[in-house]
Amino acid sequence: MSDPGPKEIFSAFARIGITSFGGGLVAYLKDEVVERKQWMTDEEFLAALEIGQTLPGLNSVNVAIIVGRKLCGPRGSLVAALGLILPGAVILCLLAALYVRFHQNPNVAAALAGIAAAAVGLLMQVTLKIGAKQLINPRDLLLVIATFVLSGVLHVSLLATLFIVAPVAIWFCRPRKPATP
Amino acid sequence: MKELVSLINVFTVLSLLAVGGGSAVLPQMEHEAVAVHKWVTPDSFAAIYSLGQMAPGPNMTMVGLIGYKAAGFAGLIVVLLAFYIPSSLLVYTASHIWDSFKDNPWRDAVQKGMAPVTIGLMLAGVYAVGKTASLNLSRDMTFNLITLAIGAVVVIVLFLRRMNPALLILGGGVVGWFFLRAGTTA
Repeated sequence: MSDPGPKEIFSAFARIGITSFGGGLVAYLKDEVVERKQWMTDEEFLAALEIGQTLPGLNSVNVAIIVGRKLCGPRGSLVAALGLILPGAVILCLLAALYVRFHQNPNVAAALAGIAAAAVGLLMQVTLKIGAKQLINPRDLLLVIATFVLSGVLHVSLLATLFIVAPVAIWFCRPRKPATP
Repeated sequence: MKELVSLINVFTVLSLLAVGGGSAVLPQMEHEAVAVHKWVTPDSFAAIYSLGQMAPGPNMTMVGLIGYKAAGFAGLIVVLLAFYIPSSLLVYTASHIWDSFKDNPWRDAVQKGMAPVTIGLMLAGVYAVGKTASLNLSRDMTFNLITLAIGAVVVIVLFLRRMNPALLILGGGVVGWFFLRAGTTA
């Protein structure tokens, strides 16, 4: 099977960019790239995901960059990321225009307040779900709280927070020599 | 022009510090955009965040709207570029050399160690948006009870069953429209 060109990559990622209401983009990406188009194997995709999650940036965009590169070099990365981001950006601008026009209408304001409250619940649930392991482990919980207080409450800059917490956190998990029997 | 430069500075840094995804930089983004540079009010930050949840694609594309509020259309473009390009270049380069780190034991340490830090940052993100959207001291108690209840119901429903979060967001809008109309006109 020949590798897809920039046009095919763009339209595949734009499909995700248009249809992925409600987040969870990585699942959409896997579905398109591995199942539908079969451009990658499961293992290749998971390897890409691992890099994308470890490095800074949005996981979905990072995965798009890596998948794009594997398929078609720098141009592949560019069109994959653009395809993923552009449709949502356009729709967002339309929503924003509606917001500016109508946000003083009491009906709209009330609906938006409900939407914002639901959005907070969404973020909370994601945090609890992926953090379940960290929140019940006392040592990890300490790091969670320290990070929360520094960044969220005291407004210590993110860079400074990471400089303080990350070395400790990584040291806790440092590689250990296997115990000699 | 000065505004554009500050936008680039702020969002480039956020791009490179977004460990474990975009939610990690929400607290700092809220602080910079609302308190430091006054690009948006607390209320519009919460509104922009929830608009981002309603649009398809990466939900952090909402950063563009902060840029728009600060410096118009040029601000929108500049912020999107500043937020997406630095981390993308990094991941592009790193994915080239990743294989040589594959078996380095420290890689695992970084990944495991940073997990609780990411969770702490995400909680701070919940707090950054929630202090306007869920528990807003300038509103009356009924309003806050309803917004907190909406959030709690979303959390519970998502734990009990898999469903598209976009539907829950929409549901929150309907409930808000029905119960919060009195509160917002007052």
